[in-house]
Amino acid sequence: MKVEKFQKLTATAVPLPIENIDTDQIIPARFLKATSREGFGDNLFCDWRYDSAGNPKADFVLNNPKYSGEILVAGRNFGCGSSREHAAWSIHDFGFKVVVSSFFADIFKGNALNNFLLPVQVSEEFLQEILQAVINEPSTELTIDLESQTIALGNKSESFSIDGYKKMCLLNGYDDIDFLLSLKDKIEAFEQKAV
Amino acid sequence: MGKTLFDKVWDAHVVTSAEGGIDVLYIDKHLIHEVTSPQAFAELEERGIQLFRPEKIMATADHNVPTWDQHLPIKDDLSRFQVNKLTENCAKHNVELYGLGHKYQGIVHVIGPELGVTQPGMTIVCGDSHTSTHGAFGSIAFGIGTSQVAQVMASQCLLQNKPKKMRVNVNGVLAKGVSPKDVILYIIAKLSANGGTGYFVEFAGNVFREMSMEGRMTVCNMSIEMGARGGMIAPDETTFEYVRGREFAPKGEDFEKAVAYWETLPTDNDATFDLEYSYDAADIEPMITFGTNPGMGIKVTENVPTEDKFSGQESFDKALGYMGFKAGESLINKQVNFVFIGSCTNSRIEDLRLVAELVKGRKKADNVNAFIVPGSKLVEAQAKSEGLDKIFAEAGFQLREPGCSACLGMNEDKIPAGEYCVSTSNRNFEGRQGQGARTLLASPLVAAITALEGKIVDVKAYLN
Repeated sequence: MKVEKFQKLTATAVPLPIENIDTDQIIPARFLKATSREGFGDNLFCDWRYDSAGNPKADFVLNNPKYSGEILVAGRNFGCGSSREHAAWSIHDFGFKVVVSSFFADIFKGNALNNFLLPVQVSEEFLQEILQAVINEPSTELTIDLESQTIALGNKSESFSIDGYKKMCLLNGYDDIDFLLSLKDKIEAFEQKAV
Repeated sequence: MGKTLFDKVWDAHVVTSAEGGIDVLYIDKHLIHEVTSPQAFAELEERGIQLFRPEKIMATADHNVPTWDQHLPIKDDLSRFQVNKLTENCAKHNVELYGLGHKYQGIVHVIGPELGVTQPGMTIVCGDSHTSTHGAFGSIAFGIGTSQVAQVMASQCLLQNKPKKMRVNVNGVLAKGVSPKDVILYIIAKLSANGGTGYFVEFAGNVFREMSMEGRMTVCNMSIEMGARGGMIAPDETTFEYVRGREFAPKGEDFEKAVAYWETLPTDNDATFDLEYSYDAADIEPMITFGTNPGMGIKVTENVPTEDKFSGQESFDKALGYMGFKAGESLINKQVNFVFIGSCTNSRIEDLRLVAELVKGRKKADNVNAFIVPGSKLVEAQAKSEGLDKIFAEAGFQLREPGCSACLGMNEDKIPAGEYCVSTSNRNFEGRQGQGARTLLASPLVAAITALEGKIVDVKAYLN
C-alpha cells in the first residue's frame, strides 16, 4: 500500500444523494477477482454508471461533466454491506480523497481510513445543505481541515470526529502495521500470560 | 458493576491500549479465503514481513468456486487464478488450507464451527462481514478489510475502538413455521439496516436459549445486516455439546477446563448495556423482504409499505422501482422463478433436513429453478448419508457442491436480470445475485414452499 498523508483539502464535490449505498453498488462482487489493489476505479459504481452493453448512463452523476472533484458527497449510511476493502480502493483509485455523509457503516469507515480516504460525518441538515449547494452550483468548493477536524461550506462549518490514533496516522502518513510490529514484545508477553 | 459477555471476552484480549484509547486486541483465530487475502499476502511480501502466527490461520476457497464439477479445473480464468493464488500463498507461508477437493472445504463460516475451530470466548476475524456468525458460540467475531487481514497476519493483533453494547431480548413462544431466520429478519426490520451501527449486539431471552447452534448461527450471521459489527449469544450446554468431540475442539481434561472457563462468560445480572430492545416472540411471523436492503422486510402476509420510516422517499421509491413492486401491494401470488437455498446464513444440515422434510414426495413447480448449495463438503456428505440427495432429486431440486454461490454471484450461479429469487441468503442489494436480479430474502421453509408453489404463498395457511 502506498502511504500518503492527509492534512487539508479544498475542492469541488460530486453529489450522490442516495441513502444506504452498499458496497455491492460501490464495486460489484464480479470485480473482486483481482489479486492486486490497483485499477478498481474503472468499475466504481459500475452498474449505475454503465448499461449492460458497457455504455455510460447519461443520468448518473459520474457521467455528468458538470460535476467533478476530489470529494464525494453521499446519502446516509454509506458503505453498508460487505467488508470488501475494494470499495475503499475503488473510490480512492477513482480520485476521491474524502467522502462526506451523515452516517457511515463501521467496516467501510475503517477500510477508508486504512487507505488514506477520509470519511467525514456531518449532521443530516448540513449534508442536505452541502448536497443542495453542490447540485445547484457545481463549482461550489468544500474545505476539509483534518488538524482542526472541520468541514466548511462557504462561511458555514461543522466539526467532525475522528479517532485520535487514526488522525495521527493520516496527518503523518503512518500505517497500523508499523505500529503493531513495534509492539511485538508486548504481544509475545501477552501470549505467554494467556496460555 | 458487572460485565457483559462482550466485555469479558474483549477485556481478556486487550494486549495494551494506544494513543487516543484505541485497544490492541489479540486475535485467537484468523480465517481467510481467496477473495480478500491475496493483497494482504502481497503487502507483507513487499514489505518483507513474515507471518507472525501462521498456525492460527485457517484458509478455504469458497467465494468464487463453481458449484458443479469441482473436481475439474475452474473454467473462469480470473477465479482459477485467484484460487490458485490462495493455494500458492498458503503453501509458501505454512497456512492450513481446506481448498477445493479437500474433505473439509466449504463456506468459511460453516466449516469453522463444524470443525470445532470456533469456540466460546475466542476472538475471531475474517475478511468477510459475515464473520459475525461465529458469535453464536459466545465469541467476539467480526469482519475486517484486507489491510487488517495483513495486520493480523503480521502481528496477530488489530487496533480497535471498543464498540458500544446493545442487547436484543426476544422472549415467548415462536409460532409454527417461524424460524431463526424470521426472528433476525424481524429484528432488522424493526431496527433498520443501520440500527446497530457502532454496536456489538447480544441476543438474549428464551427464544435464543432454546435455539439449536445452527439457528443461533443464522441469527448472529445477520447482525451485520443491521449495521452491527457482530452479534453474540451466551454459551451454554447447547454450545458445549455442539463443540464437544469436534476435530479441533479441546479433548478430555482440556475440554472440561475449557467448559469451566466458558461457564463464566455469560453477562452478569448487574451488567448494563448502552441500548436495549425487547420483543415478544408471538409477534413474529414468517418474513420476506420486498426492497433492496435487509431492513426492508415484512411478514409474508403484510402489504408492501408506502414509505420507509428509516430513509427518504427518493431512496424508498428507487428500491421499489428496482424490485418492480408497488407501494401498498401484497406479495402473495407473485410468481417466482428462482429459489436459492444456501449461503453462510442457511446452508447447514439442519436447513437441508427441514427442506427435505417439506418437499419429500412432492415436486417443485414447473416454472421454478430451485437449487440447494450445501455449506460444506461435510454437510454435503451428511445430507447424502441421510438420503436427502434423493429426496431433493425426486422433488426437482438440484443439490450442488459447496460454496458461496448465488449469495453474491461471484461464480456462474447468477440470477438473470429482472427475475425474482426467493433466497435464504443475507443480502438483497441491487445486483447482489447478478446484474438486475431481484432478491427476496426468506427462511429455508418459505423458500422451499415458494419452490413447490411457484409463487409466494401465505406460509401459515399453507402449513395448516
